Amino acid sequence: MPREYRTIEEAAGPLLLVKDVENVTYGELAEIRLASGEKRRCRVLEIDGTNALVQLFENAAGINLKDSAVVFSGHQMELGVSEDMLGRVFDGLGRPIDDGPEMIPEQRRDVNGLPMNPVARKYPQEFIQTGVSAIDGLNTLVRGQKLPIFSASGLPHAQLAAQIARQAKVLGDNEQFAVVFAAMGITFEESEYFVQSFKETGALDRTVLFINLANDSAIERLATPKMALTAAEYLAFEKGMHVLVILTDITNYADALREVSAARKEVPGRRGYPGYMYTDLASLYERAGRQDGKEGSITMIPILTMPEDDKTHPIPDLTGYITEGQIILSRELYRKGVNPPVDVLPSLSRLKDKGIGKGKTRADHSDTMNQLFSAYARGKDAKELMIVLGEAALTPTDLIYAKFADEFERRYVSQGFDNDRSIEETLAIGWELLRLLPRSELRRIREEYLTQYYDTQD
Amino acid sequence: MSSIGNIVKISGPLVVAEGMRDANMFDVVRVSDRRLIGEIIEMHGDRASIQVYEETAGLGTGQSVESTGEPMSAELGPGLIGSIYDGIQRPLDDIRKVCGNNLARGVEVPSLKRDKKWSFTPTVKAGDKVEEGDVFGTVPETDIVLHKVMVPSGVSGTVKSIKEGEFAVDEIVCVIETEKGDRELTMAQKWPVRRGRPYKKKLSPNMPLVTGQRVVDCLFPIAKGGVAAIPGPFGSGKTVTQHQLAKWAEADIIVYIGCGERGNEMTDVLNEFPELIDPKTGKSLMERTVLIANTSDMPVAAREASVYTGITIAEYYRDMGYSVALMADSTSRWAEALREMSGRLEEMPGDEGYPAYLGSRLAQFYERAGRVVSTGKEGREGALSVIGAVSPPGGDISEPVSQATLRIVKVFWGLDSNLAYQRHFPAINWLTSYSLYADSLAEWYNNNVSADWMNCRARFMQILHEEAELKEIVKLIGMDALSADDRLKMETARSIREDFLHQLAFHEIDTYTSLKKQLFMMKLILGFNDEAADAIKKGADIEAVAELPVREKIGRFKYVEEKNTDEEFGQIQTEISSELDLLLNKEED
Repeated sequence: MPREYRTIEEAAGPLLLVKDVENVTYGELAEIRLASGEKRRCRVLEIDGTNALVQLFENAAGINLKDSAVVFSGHQMELGVSEDMLGRVFDGLGRPIDDGPEMIPEQRRDVNGLPMNPVARKYPQEFIQTGVSAIDGLNTLVRGQKLPIFSASGLPHAQLAAQIARQAKVLGDNEQFAVVFAAMGITFEESEYFVQSFKETGALDRTVLFINLANDSAIERLATPKMALTAAEYLAFEKGMHVLVILTDITNYADALREVSAARKEVPGRRGYPGYMYTDLASLYERAGRQDGKEGSITMIPILTMPEDDKTHPIPDLTGYITEGQIILSRELYRKGVNPPVDVLPSLSRLKDKGIGKGKTRADHSDTMNQLFSAYARGKDAKELMIVLGEAALTPTDLIYAKFADEFERRYVSQGFDNDRSIEETLAIGWELLRLLPRSELRRIREEYLTQYYDTQD
Repeated sequence: MSSIGNIVKISGPLVVAEGMRDANMFDVVRVSDRRLIGEIIEMHGDRASIQVYEETAGLGTGQSVESTGEPMSAELGPGLIGSIYDGIQRPLDDIRKVCGNNLARGVEVPSLKRDKKWSFTPTVKAGDKVEEGDVFGTVPETDIVLHKVMVPSGVSGTVKSIKEGEFAVDEIVCVIETEKGDRELTMAQKWPVRRGRPYKKKLSPNMPLVTGQRVVDCLFPIAKGGVAAIPGPFGSGKTVTQHQLAKWAEADIIVYIGCGERGNEMTDVLNEFPELIDPKTGKSLMERTVLIANTSDMPVAAREASVYTGITIAEYYRDMGYSVALMADSTSRWAEALREMSGRLEEMPGDEGYPAYLGSRLAQFYERAGRVVSTGKEGREGALSVIGAVSPPGGDISEPVSQATLRIVKVFWGLDSNLAYQRHFPAINWLTSYSLYADSLAEWYNNNVSADWMNCRARFMQILHEEAELKEIVKLIGMDALSADDRLKMETARSIREDFLHQLAFHEIDTYTSLKKQLFMMKLILGFNDEAADAIKKGADIEAVAELPVREKIGRFKYVEEKNTDEEFGQIQTEISSELDLLLNKEED
C-alpha cells in the first residue's frame, strides 16, 4: 500500500513542497488526493533531503494544505499504448476523452523516451510529396524530418498543416500514414478545424489526437507533446508505420515551461525563458527520425506562432537551431493574397539535398531550385529599388528579374489550399518561370538540363 | 582511494551527495546502483556537487555515490580513428550492441576495442634510454595513419624489454626500468581531459591550412595551428561549412565534435565520410577522422565534457607530429550546458545568465590549439587547428558567447543570413569577416602558389569593398548615375561574388578547388576586368562588354575538372582578348 503524505508545506503556482518524504525518486509521477476524493496528477521536480518539490499538471484550486494528501507512484510518467489508439481522442495527459471504451494497453512506455543513438539513425532521404510547390520544389520535406512552420497570429498555418497532412505521400509507395496530432493550448475552433479536415479525407481512423485546449491546464501542456511522441514512437518503431506528428502550438508549450521556471525562481535566460529551453525543446524534436532496421518513421511538423512576427524571439530561434529547416509564413504575402503565404527565401529544408534528384524527384531539381532562389532574391532586390527610384532606374535585366519575382509569387507560390500539385507539375512551372530570364543568366544550371528543358519550348 | 557517499539532493543533472570528504575535485563518480557516470564539480565540507552525464530520472535520496578517485580521462591509443564516441568517450557502436537503437543509462564499454589486435613494430630496443614523449613503437592504425606509440608523461628510463607482433591495446608491449622501479607499458595511455597535454615549445603559425574552399583559402585563410570561429544564425550554413572543412582541409587527422546538435547531422557524417575520397591520399576520409557525438537530446552535462574529450584526442595526435584540425559544432551549446549547471549550482550569473567564468573557460579551450614541438628527444612538430561554430541567438553576435569567442580567435568567418536567403553559399560575409593570419601567411602563398597570389587577393578585397560603397550610391540615385568605370567595377564584383566566392558543397567538382585553380579563377576575373577597362577607355559600351559570351565561360570555370584547368584557362584568356577586340572593331565600324 503506497504511503500517503499529508505534509504539503507550500503551494505556489503550479508547485507544491512536500516534507518528510522517503524513497521518492527524481521525475517520479505522483497523485494529489483532495478531501473531496478528487485526484490530480503531479511530478517530482527536485528532491532536497526529505523535501520533494512537485509540479502539478492541473489546476491548484481547491488544494488544502491540511487535508490533501500526496501519493507517489514509484514510476515515471507512462503512457499505455496499443494500436487501438488510432481513431481515438485523448486529453493532454493521455486519458481518453471521447466516448469510446477504456483502452487496454499492449505495453506501458516511459513518456520521456530515450535518446536515439546517432549510430542507429537512418538518414532521412525519401521524398515526401506534399503537393505544395513552395515546399516540394524549394524546401523539400523528407520522411523522418522535423520541419516546423513558423507562423504568426492571424496567418493560415492550420490550413497549410492540414493540407500537408491531407496530401502528403511518398511516390510509388502505397503505405498509409498514421497521423499523431497534439494540440497545446489552441482554441476549440482551431482544433476542430483539424478534426474536420481529418474527417473529410477519411484520415480520422488513422489519427491519434491529444487535445489540450486553451482553457485546459497550462502545465498539462508540458506533458502533451511527450504523450503524443510516445504514441508516435510506438506506432513507428514497434508497428512499422509512417507517422506524421503535428504539434501545435509550440509557443504555448514554451510559455508553460517559462511559467514553471518562474515559479521555481530560476535564473532566467532570454526573455524570461529558462536556460534549459534549448535542451527541453531538443528532447521533443529529436524524437523524430528513422532507425536502422526499423520500417517506420516519424516525420514532425511543429507549428509555432512567432510573437510579434519576430524570428529572433527565443522560441523560433531555438527551434530553428534544432529542427531541420523551417517553413516561414509571411504576413506581407498573405495580405497580397498569396496562399499559402510561404516566404520561400528564409524558409529552408536542410535535408532536401539528399531527398531530391535523379531517382527521387528529377535530375534537374537541385539546379533549378538554386536558380529559382537566386533569381527570386535578385528580383525582390530589384523591386525594392524600383519602389525607391522608379522603373527607369533599373537595367533591362533587372526589370526582367522584377517581373520574374511577381510571376513567381503568383504562379509558383500561390496555389491555394486545395490544389495538389505533383512534383512534375511543380518542376514544369519552375521552368516556365525560368524561361522569362535570358539563358545566359541561368549560371547555376548545368548545360545538359538547359538543353533538355530550357531550349525545348513546348 | 575511493569513497562512498549518499545522495541528498537531485535537481536535473545536478546531484548533491554527502559523505564525500575523501573524494577529489573533478573525480569521476558512479551514482546509484544504475552506475550513472558523473563528475564532482564542487565540494563543501563533505558534500559534493556532481554533474551527472546521464539522465537522472528515477534517482532518489539515500542512494549511493561512489568515487573512482580518478579525474575524467580519455583513453588514447590505436583504434581512435574511425570511431564515433559520445561526450565521455564511449563508442556509440558498442553501446548500440549492448542496448539497441536507443541510449540506455549506465552502460559501461571500453573506449578502445579490446578484441582488436594491432601490429606493433618497436622503434627502440632493450637498453635504449627513453624519456616521456619518445616514440617506442608504431602501429599502422589505418592505411594512412601511422600511430606512434609514445612513452606516457612522467615516465623515463631504460628499456628493459620490448615485444614485436600482434597485440591488443591492453597487452603489455614494453617494460621500462625507471628510478621508481619497472614500468609496464601498453599501447594505450590515459590523460585527464581537462588538462592540456604537455609539449616542449609553442611556435607561431606560418603555413595555411588549405581547405579547398575559395572564400577561406583566398580571402580569410586559417593557419595550421590557428583558431577560427564561425558564428551565424540558424540556416546560414554553419554545419555545412564545418562539414566542408572536415572533408577537404589538408590535415592529417580530423576530430569532429557534434556538441548539442542534430542527430541526423552526425548520421550524415557517418554515412558520407567513409565514401568520400581524400584527394591527397586517395583513401576514404573516415581513415583520418574521429567523431564525437553528443546530440541535443543526449544528456546536457556530457555536452560540456565532449569538447574536452575531443581536444584531448586531437592533442594526442598532434604530439605524434601530425597536423590535426578540430571542428566543434557548436560551442554555444557547450556554453549553454555551462549555464545550466551554473544555474543549478545557484551561482551568481553574469551576462544573460551565463556564469562569470565563461570567458576564461572558452579562452582555455581555444588556447590548447597551436603549432608545437612535442616532448621527447625527437622534437616532432605538430599543429592543432581549432574551428568553433557559434550559434548566437537571433544571429546577433553581441551576445556573451560570440563576444568571448571573438576576443580569442584570429579568424572570424561571419555567416550572413541574407546571403543564405539568396542561396549564396558559403554564406561568409566578405565585408565583416577577417583573418589576422593573412599577413603572416603571405610569404607562404607567394612562394608556394604564385607571387601574384597576395596581390590578386588584395585587389579582390578592394573591389568588394568598393562595390559595397557603390551599392549605397545606386540605392540612392540608380545605376544610370554611375560612370562606365564604376559600372565595370560593379560587374567585376558581381563576378567575384557569383563566379568565385559562391561555391556549391553538393557539386561533385565545385566542392573542392585546388589553390592552383583558385589562382586561375582570380586571374580570369581580374584579367577580364583589366582588359575590359582598357576597351571602355577606347570607347567600348559597358552594356555590350557586360554581355560578352566569354563571361559565361568565366562563370563556368569553377565546374572545370582540375586536370583540364590549364588548357581551359589559356583558352578563355585568348577568348577574352579576341571578344573585346571584336567588340571594339564593331563599334569603330
